[in-house]
Amino acid sequence: MTTPSYTPDPTPYVRRDVNPVRILTFTIDGRDVSAREDETILSVARQNGIFIPTLCHLDGLSERGACRLCIVEVKGAPKLLPSCVTLPRQDMEVTTNSDRVADYRRKILELMYSERNHVCSVCVSNGHCELQNLSVVLGMTHVRYDYIYPKHAIDASHERFSVDHNRCVLCQRCVRVCDEIEGAHTWDVMGRGITSRVITDLNQPWGSSETCTGCGKCVQVCPTGALSEKGKSVAEMIKRRQFLPYLQMMRREGRRAVAEGIR
Amino acid sequence: MNRVRIATTWLDGCSGCHMSFLDMDETLAAVADRIEIVYGPLVDAKEFPDGVDVTLVEGAVGNAHDREELERIRERTHILISFGDCAVTANVPAMRNQFKLQDVLKRGYVDNVSHHPAVPDAGVPKLLERVRPLHEFVAVDLFLPGCPPPSEAILLALTDLLEGRTPEVQGKTRFGA
Repeated sequence: MTTPSYTPDPTPYVRRDVNPVRILTFTIDGRDVSAREDETILSVARQNGIFIPTLCHLDGLSERGACRLCIVEVKGAPKLLPSCVTLPRQDMEVTTNSDRVADYRRKILELMYSERNHVCSVCVSNGHCELQNLSVVLGMTHVRYDYIYPKHAIDASHERFSVDHNRCVLCQRCVRVCDEIEGAHTWDVMGRGITSRVITDLNQPWGSSETCTGCGKCVQVCPTGALSEKGKSVAEMIKRRQFLPYLQMMRREGRRAVAEGIR
Repeated sequence: MNRVRIATTWLDGCSGCHMSFLDMDETLAAVADRIEIVYGPLVDAKEFPDGVDVTLVEGAVGNAHDREELERIRERTHILISFGDCAVTANVPAMRNQFKLQDVLKRGYVDNVSHHPAVPDAGVPKLLERVRPLHEFVAVDLFLPGCPPPSEAILLALTDLLEGRTPEVQGKTRFGA
């Protein structure tokens, strides 16, 4: 592997004494809120207890804007904007839950279901799945689009884990956690549009990957049953994500210590 | 007092949703004097009757008979409920959709048998190329996902309909079990 030209860093430590951050004010759903200029609309909404549904977002990973479920209306903007990658501006007026937004979110969810084979009843993640939960939260009781029923394989070549592309929503959490936290960058995305899928190394069986450390972080952050531990049957795959905030905190403190010359 | 005429049926499904229906237990008995079950696997009627108020259709549309039956039910029913994941999403029966129908039949009736390998063609309805959910064929009035839908959700939907309300089942049931 070649040395990456930069180190991706989801929460960079920037010296604020020489780069003072501006505070600005805007409104979310008519409420006055204040934010640092480098915070996303999603982050500000969460701090103020305003619910915006998300799927690809995961605290501790960089934002990707992949799922589009966090779209919001911004007054004056013709398009809906993904709040996880949109920064606020002074006096911006954001609406998180209009009929238009709710309708598009439902459509996005339906398209996700129609694009792969999400058979919840026989899935390892049944009952513990973020996609399944979102259909309840967003009131999606059926899919109005024709299902595509694509033919997807399961790669069970890894000793401890398997990947079932039938359940993948291309949120890229596995790609990000492997790159940003584990530092292995085993996962990536291949293909375009509807033919996109996650791959290990250069599209080779996971079990033959030379970069995979077998840490299992990708499995734990996967929102659906796409990545699972072997030996788990229907509804048995419960993801454990506790490691992520701890790792983030330790690394942030480490960077702070280095920057402040403590060690 | 006119009883509300209710029918149930299952197409390409496993009868699990009907088991959940029966799991209403004594609550089913409590509404028994207000409903009449006029058709379904639980009663003896041979043909789907006219003028049914509510029909719960379990199962996906997997063969020509399912499709005819569903269209007949739609004509004769006021409120059609897509009952359970197979009806709503085609669910497990649709897992064969990833393969060609001829390959599926060959796998089941030729490749994996040791005696008289032959695809049956007499006395059984013709399978459709793909298994599909109900609403791709007919208009559906209420979707009750779940594998199976919990009996509480079925009871809620039925009692709401009996009281003349539009059933609100959000949060009471979901895809999967």
